[in-house]
Amino acid sequence: MNLDAALLGQSTPLIRWDWIWDHRDDVLDRLLEHLELTVLSVGLGLAVSLVLALIALRLPRTYGVISGLSGILYTIPSLAAFAFLVPVFGFSTTTAVVPLASYTLLILVRSIVEGLRAVPAEVLESADGMGYTRGRRLWTVELPIAMPVIIGGLRVATVTVVGLVTVTALIGLGGLGFFILNGLRRSILFPTEVFLGTVAAIALAAVLDVLLLGVERLLTPWARRQARQVD
Amino acid sequence: MTELVAALDVDAMISLEHVSKKFSGNIAPAVTDLTLDVPQGEIVVLVGPSGCGKTTILKMINRLIEPSAGTITVAGHDIRDLRPADLRRGIGYVIQQVGLLPHRTIAANIATVPRLLGWDNARIRGRVDELIELVGLDDDMRDRYPSELSGGQRQRVGVARALAADPPVLLMDEPFGAVDPIVRGRLQQELLKIQQTLHKTIVIVTHDIDEAILLGDRIAILEIGGRLAQYATPAEILANPASDFVADFLGEERGLKRLSLIELRMLDIPPGPVVERTDTAATARRTMSDHRTDWVGILDGRRLLGWAWERDLPVSGPIDGVSPREFRATLPSTATLRQAVDAVVRDHNQVAVVIDGDRYVGMLFVDQIAQELQR
Repeated sequence: MNLDAALLGQSTPLIRWDWIWDHRDDVLDRLLEHLELTVLSVGLGLAVSLVLALIALRLPRTYGVISGLSGILYTIPSLAAFAFLVPVFGFSTTTAVVPLASYTLLILVRSIVEGLRAVPAEVLESADGMGYTRGRRLWTVELPIAMPVIIGGLRVATVTVVGLVTVTALIGLGGLGFFILNGLRRSILFPTEVFLGTVAAIALAAVLDVLLLGVERLLTPWARRQARQVD
Repeated sequence: MTELVAALDVDAMISLEHVSKKFSGNIAPAVTDLTLDVPQGEIVVLVGPSGCGKTTILKMINRLIEPSAGTITVAGHDIRDLRPADLRRGIGYVIQQVGLLPHRTIAANIATVPRLLGWDNARIRGRVDELIELVGLDDDMRDRYPSELSGGQRQRVGVARALAADPPVLLMDEPFGAVDPIVRGRLQQELLKIQQTLHKTIVIVTHDIDEAILLGDRIAILEIGGRLAQYATPAEILANPASDFVADFLGEERGLKRLSLIELRMLDIPPGPVVERTDTAATARRTMSDHRTDWVGILDGRRLLGWAWERDLPVSGPIDGVSPREFRATLPSTATLRQAVDAVVRDHNQVAVVIDGDRYVGMLFVDQIAQELQR
């Protein structure tokens, strides 16, 4: 008789819904913590990426270096990054957010640069010809037009970070990862916690993804309208 | 920009003095020692083969490109003394690909420069209404996005946008180059109509000599390297090309092109072989023999009803029983001589009937057109 059969033979169900209900306050706290770590990491990543992307566009030669470095950052295992940062920042939010934000750079820098490069030359020429200053052109013409591409990158980055946040459970944070780690430590005969952490993290990723899609639709109504009239 | 408007009494609205441009990395200059005055209220067309620097010249006027040497003044101001953004807000700019802001509605696109200048919302709304009507757009287009418009409509929005802040100067780079010939012709006529009321100082770049002749009060023909080959009125250029280069550029049909500068109302057009419908067959036959024709036009007061063959007429008595045939080539007196030639040739006719509204003006015969050609 194998383990599965032993489990199935038990009278207790595989998922203990009553346990989840009893710990609902914990679940909410961890969910909010997960959300906070995600937003901080993606927000920091976006800000840094914007600066890097603007540098790369102004000085095209730096683009290779910038995307190379963000590629290297992307390959550092998160566990190793925490190990390096704990001596500096302790078991803090900073230790969690810095590596997570750095993972978003590869995706976000590329999508901002590609998005801004795709702004048609004639749009830039006419904007200059009408007397836009450089800064105003960037904020009110270039970034809005690049928005669909940038939000596309933001969605990928967000979904990735939601998954990665669970690993920060190893330094005492982790949001929903806390349940997964706890479940693993406790007993293979009690899968409820692992199940809870996993499903909730997936759900959070899906909700954030749909939310960002909604933001994109709201911000770029022009991108979906097609020509319906000819001379 | 108030400074530009305040100096409107200067004769030359735009003045280029010994302007040169050499792009780094190029040995040959793009523009070589160009001196050119654009009079206030006129349309000047810069025309020449590709590589003649015409677009570079245009972009130096609004400082999208800085000259290597020389001075450019707009309304008496050295443009180097103005902040580029301020200069450009006082100059309308239209390009071939239009470059509408794809994320803004048509109304918002038209309002671009007034917004940059900080106009209040009520004033902007009123101005957008005026412009939508001026350039002949439907009012229900104001809330659409550029991607929903046809090429011709986009080009209209481009012109409306350039006129939005009522700048004294308009720069247009191949403005009608991206639309099909029929729409282009319509837009050209509309620009001329708008110009009749607005009297802007307009510089247009084109490679199309016919467009230059049609639109320009003056034409500047440029050679490779931005050298000015000739700067004169279209009639002067067509009558006396300054060099072989200019003559070549004008092409084989130089004579025909001159015809497009002559409007029919400028000519003395004879009435031709016509009789009143109340006249007798005998009168009609006498008119025919006077004009050596075998047909006659039939008038009803001011209106020309049509024409009839000699054999259609009764042997004697009044001709009011004859049902007139229709003239194929009928032109308004505002048409050009070139259009008259075209109408006659196209319809295998010997004659073009000229009317002014309802009123019959006269008949233009092929031999008179030939005489005009020789002048």
